[in-house]
Amino acid sequence: MGRLKLFIPLFVFLVLAGLFFAVETEVSEGEYDPKALPSALIGQPFPAFTLPALLREDPVDESLLKGKVSIVNVWATWCPTCLFEHPFLVDLSERGEVVVFGINYKDNPDKAREWLAAKGNPFAVNIVDESGKLGLDLGVTGAPETFVVDKAGIVRMRYQGGLDETIWQRRFVPLLEQIAAEETL
Amino acid sequence: MIPEIGHFALVLAFCSSLLLAGVPALGYALGHHTLLASANRFALLQMALVTVSFVCLAAAFLRDDFSVSIVALQSNTQLPAHYKFTALWGGHEGSLLLWVLILAGWTAAVALTGKHIPIAVKAVVLSTMGAVSVGFLSFMLFTSNPFERELIATPADGQDLNPLLQDPGMVIHPPMLYFGYVGFSVAFAFAIAALVRGRLDASWARWARPWTNIAWAFLTVGITLGSWWAYYELGWGGWWFWDPVENASFMPWLVGAALVHSLAVTEKRGAFKNWTLLLAIFAFSLSLLGTFLVRSGVLTSVHSFAADPTRGLYILGFLFIVIGGSLTLYALRAPESAFRPTFAKISRESLLLANNILLVCAALVVLLGTLFPLIMDYLDLGKYSVGPPYFNAMFVPLACGLALLTGLGMFSQWKRTRDLKTLVREPLVLALITALVLPFAWGEWQWLASLGLFFGLWLIFASVRSVVHQTRNAATRLSGLKRLKLSYLGMICAHIGFGVAVMGVTVVSLYSSERDLRMAAGDALDVGSYRVEFRGTAPVTGPNYAGTQGDIRLLRGGREVAQLLPEKRRYHARGDQIMTEAGIDAGFLRDMYVALGEPLGDSAWAVRVHYKPLVRWIWLGGALVALGALLAVMDKRYRLQRLQEEV
Repeated sequence: MGRLKLFIPLFVFLVLAGLFFAVETEVSEGEYDPKALPSALIGQPFPAFTLPALLREDPVDESLLKGKVSIVNVWATWCPTCLFEHPFLVDLSERGEVVVFGINYKDNPDKAREWLAAKGNPFAVNIVDESGKLGLDLGVTGAPETFVVDKAGIVRMRYQGGLDETIWQRRFVPLLEQIAAEETL
Repeated sequence: MIPEIGHFALVLAFCSSLLLAGVPALGYALGHHTLLASANRFALLQMALVTVSFVCLAAAFLRDDFSVSIVALQSNTQLPAHYKFTALWGGHEGSLLLWVLILAGWTAAVALTGKHIPIAVKAVVLSTMGAVSVGFLSFMLFTSNPFERELIATPADGQDLNPLLQDPGMVIHPPMLYFGYVGFSVAFAFAIAALVRGRLDASWARWARPWTNIAWAFLTVGITLGSWWAYYELGWGGWWFWDPVENASFMPWLVGAALVHSLAVTEKRGAFKNWTLLLAIFAFSLSLLGTFLVRSGVLTSVHSFAADPTRGLYILGFLFIVIGGSLTLYALRAPESAFRPTFAKISRESLLLANNILLVCAALVVLLGTLFPLIMDYLDLGKYSVGPPYFNAMFVPLACGLALLTGLGMFSQWKRTRDLKTLVREPLVLALITALVLPFAWGEWQWLASLGLFFGLWLIFASVRSVVHQTRNAATRLSGLKRLKLSYLGMICAHIGFGVAVMGVTVVSLYSSERDLRMAAGDALDVGSYRVEFRGTAPVTGPNYAGTQGDIRLLRGGREVAQLLPEKRRYHARGDQIMTEAGIDAGFLRDMYVALGEPLGDSAWAVRVHYKPLVRWIWLGGALVALGALLAVMDKRYRLQRLQEEV
């Protein structure tokens, strides 16, 4: 019996290791992404909103997102990962593959303006969601999150976490190609 | 040619690690003396070969050899020479080579110094460390070769090191952290050797103790430096973020702290044997897990400069063998009914046991907070995000309990404790009164401030009281002080450091303030008791960046106390990545921290001013803890023992 007790640490470890193995296998096979969030919004129109824009006089609404394929990036100056994905967003907007919109989420607009002036502004328009209402409609749990919206204003994908070139190529580019293919049909 | 030499040396190093892992183990199995004695030579051979490899890679960086892929990825001709060197460990492959170099270094150090350790023990220890080295070297050679070259399409210039890492703090932070991580492999190897030999007396604890202290001291320095770096480099004035990678280094630190104390009990009293073995296994396992978490794609964070999911499986397999293997060995060989020396309810043993439980609980809290979102998500139980509120709510009570027990522990004796009540009275009352009054120094009284300050002051006063008690019989205090053992002084130093850090964390968390100002050249605004004058901006040019430097004067009572020069930098080679360099007037009691925001037109700028009281105390505390751990190692007891055992 005493000997059996000594196996407890090994047993606990094996359970944890099994779990890790299962997660890691699916991650490396691309079947499971710990950062992917299911969203009831996929295939649905982008929620309606009328909110001020960061560097514009007039408020904007959901019609902004219609007529072109865009990505909508939920960000804030208080979010460390946003700082790290920012250079990529700047790069992406310069490449011009896709329109990049921003939702400045639960943030201080002055700080946001300061941030954009300092680090470059990749966003065509920045929707100011100071109260987090739009974020609530979108089911945002934290920043950063990125949505892909097609020409009809339908949400096609949601991605939680920071973006970089690898993630962009693997997760976004195939979908954007698919959307482009749908349009030529 | 040089990269090929480096690569070849790495292959040879891999061969020597195989020999180091295999030959002494065979010698142990056969009881063959020559084979056992070969361990030292293989350890030194491995050290020499890994060093050659490391030097070759460093040469490739310093000579801007962009045909080497990682040089092209992480360096640039414009990068200053010292950063070219440190760019070596700015990415995945290079940081692994640094890991292996440090492991080879620790292995060689054990080989060279442990003359008093029986040859069979030493052979098994070195063989275990060799096996760990085999794992890392094969990982490098098969999945992450740092010497991979791009000879056909060699880029003309490199992509430059991430500007965040172009900083003196980052130069020493990773090596210190790795020294700590890898250092736990020594305690681990001694634990394995004890299990393999089935000789679980106090001797393995005595041999492993100095090594563990040194490793833990390095880890303390590494974490402290990381916190300091984040504070001034990331530009938000934060010093700890409960980020998964920070947690990954914090878990082995907490278990290491438990191990440092538990080893003392095992050595002195022969108690907690199995517990100490498990801690030694887990401290190193968590160090490996730290590597795994940073290097795999499972957890992403601010720190994942070099994440690559495809390598995750390899590390996971390696981790499985190391942890699973050692725990199996533990299950089969650990003593079933450990000899249990008796001790009273209030004794040094019982207090250290409580301290161990709290430290391990703290490590579990961090582990759970880091892995919980992953587990819940995988089991389809929903998406969770675990942030600072969870960690703070769980961690603060544990830290308070730990502080209380640490103070008590210093007055306790082995087996049973007398005079505890009389001894604690003074520091307790003094800490209580001071803690109630002290918050007024920073403004409004807050009960949380008093609480935190109380535990910090209690630790400091209890340490002082303990020294006074220890020197009570000496002719003069000074002569008494001189007679105190270094190991005792080390403990006092580390515990004062703990108290200092607790006070720093409390005050900076509760009394920091931050103001965002719009300032044109010539403007002056009052922030607290300080006057901030903005004299304007000037362009500034660095070797690989250009930027703007603000000239801000800090005045107090009409007198200038500091000139602060915050910068905005634009790094050319990184697509004009913009970085903020904060201007900091560092002080013992407070930091004034100024960061330039954006230009607002008409020579006006957004300026962010932070007031950070006692923020330096956090790192001062960390430094004292590390110093204490090192002082304890220098105790002449270890030297005496060595002499006795040699005779």
